[in-house]
Amino acid sequence: MEWETVIGLEIHAQLNTVSKIFSGAPTAYGAEPNRQACAVDLGMPGVLPVLNQGAVEKAVMLGLAIDAEITPRSVFARKNYFYPDLPKGYQISQYELPIVARGHLDIELEDGTIKRIGVTRAHLEEDAGKSLHEGFELMTGIDLNRAGTPLIEIVSEPELRSAKEAVAYMKKLHSLVRYLDICDGNMQEGSFRCDANVSIRPKGQTEFGTRAELKNLNSFRFVERAINHEIERQIDVIEGGGSVVQETRLYDPDRDETRSMRTKEEANDYRYFPDPDLLPVVVDTAFVNQMREKLPELPDAKRARFVEQYGLSDYDAGVLTAAREMGDFYEAVAAGCGAPKLAANWVMGEFSAALNRSEVELAEAPVNAEGLAGLLARIQDETISGKIAKEVFEAMWNGEGDADTVIEAKGLKQITDTGAIDAIIDEVMANNPQQLEQYRGGKDKLFGFFVGQVMKATQGKANPAQVNERLKAKLDG
Amino acid sequence: MSVEASEVQRIAHLARLAMDDEKAREFAGGLSDIFDFVEQLDGAPIEGVEPMAHPLDAEQRLRPDAVTEPDNREGFQAIAPAVEGGLYLVPRVIE
Repeated sequence: MEWETVIGLEIHAQLNTVSKIFSGAPTAYGAEPNRQACAVDLGMPGVLPVLNQGAVEKAVMLGLAIDAEITPRSVFARKNYFYPDLPKGYQISQYELPIVARGHLDIELEDGTIKRIGVTRAHLEEDAGKSLHEGFELMTGIDLNRAGTPLIEIVSEPELRSAKEAVAYMKKLHSLVRYLDICDGNMQEGSFRCDANVSIRPKGQTEFGTRAELKNLNSFRFVERAINHEIERQIDVIEGGGSVVQETRLYDPDRDETRSMRTKEEANDYRYFPDPDLLPVVVDTAFVNQMREKLPELPDAKRARFVEQYGLSDYDAGVLTAAREMGDFYEAVAAGCGAPKLAANWVMGEFSAALNRSEVELAEAPVNAEGLAGLLARIQDETISGKIAKEVFEAMWNGEGDADTVIEAKGLKQITDTGAIDAIIDEVMANNPQQLEQYRGGKDKLFGFFVGQVMKATQGKANPAQVNERLKAKLDG
Repeated sequence: MSVEASEVQRIAHLARLAMDDEKAREFAGGLSDIFDFVEQLDGAPIEGVEPMAHPLDAEQRLRPDAVTEPDNREGFQAIAPAVEGGLYLVPRVIE
């Protein structure tokens, strides 16, 4: 039997407002427990929520970026469930009338084709606090700093057909929220989280199979692994004569498996109803237009422009625009050295490799855009060769100064003086009479040997094009 | 009776409230009376009336995104039943 996988993703992105969605408490990550939890976040009697305009703005920006409908009057609802990190006994969310309805996101599949994935809705809600189960005798510790942090939950249509497509969608959305500067995208800190609804059905069947919801997928790698595991598990269950039950399963990255958390029978009945403490949220055309003005250039548009403006390949433009900061960095380097293709090769090559090796973020890199542009300018004006440039770059990365300082200090300036190069060639020819005879006897391949000897004698500093030209003339002469 | 004792038990469970059967039957009776009373509204003519999300005909006011609440952890924790290391303590819950 051939099976088809059906996946829908629910992504929770924390909006990067400075204060909470319904209170004036700060949202900074990593504060001491409960230092950022005010009376509203604690669910004290008599308090009332007041909606943060920043959260509404950011939600509308997301809606515009995914070409969605912005709901003119959206409504907050209470989602009721009992858990100690939710002190009010309900989460303020949106149910029937979310602020963002029906949009879409285009993802690129492995073969390069573009697939459009529908976004069912995106709604505003508040995050819950955190429960700490370890370290207390028969007790659980509650930290409510996170309670009330604004979230936007983005729900996709069940249109993803493999774990790889799910990851592509998630990465695309991750890139988008960071471009929009509505979410810091930090997955380790839980700013960007993903739940996946996964089911399988015989290929060709139109009805959906029973789905399982996977929780706790807090990295791209986990999403892919957890979904692939779940697909295998469901196939095993069905082919073994059983049937998949609707349930919530938790992914355990240490054991690389999913396990049942609760089945449908035990599922919560959230008893949603409109929150009487909050009035309908009105977003008029003027507000929407104002947000549209604030939209930055988005990844797909930037990618197309890079191809057009800098003559980059579509692939390279895609890599350089995946993150907004990287795109900005690239443009600064390209402008600084005047050589867009050389800049692209270096940013994606040496520079990205150094970032990975040192495990630092772009903003903390020891070589900035100006520094890299300065180095590439020296390749452009033939002060150094591309090969020597790698050595200079290494030294710059290690804090030995800018390109000119390093070139000067290490004496790496390229030899372009024809007289000097000729003298070295003469010396090499005199030291290798046997090879010279063989070459002149027709063994053309030895040309490379002579190039090597000359470069060795100059420690790689001779201009390669000149060496080739002068060698040819002298050997053949 | 429109509300059964079993439904009262289910809702009490969702709110983590313990309730004996006698109490559940008592609440089922009281809640049924309330529902029966409210049910009169079903007879109201509502044709052409837009459903409302709120009884007030007003819009939500928005607050500028700014931090206005100072830290008052000590004040809040002074009235909490149990705290440790800045955390509120509750009976152990493991889902």
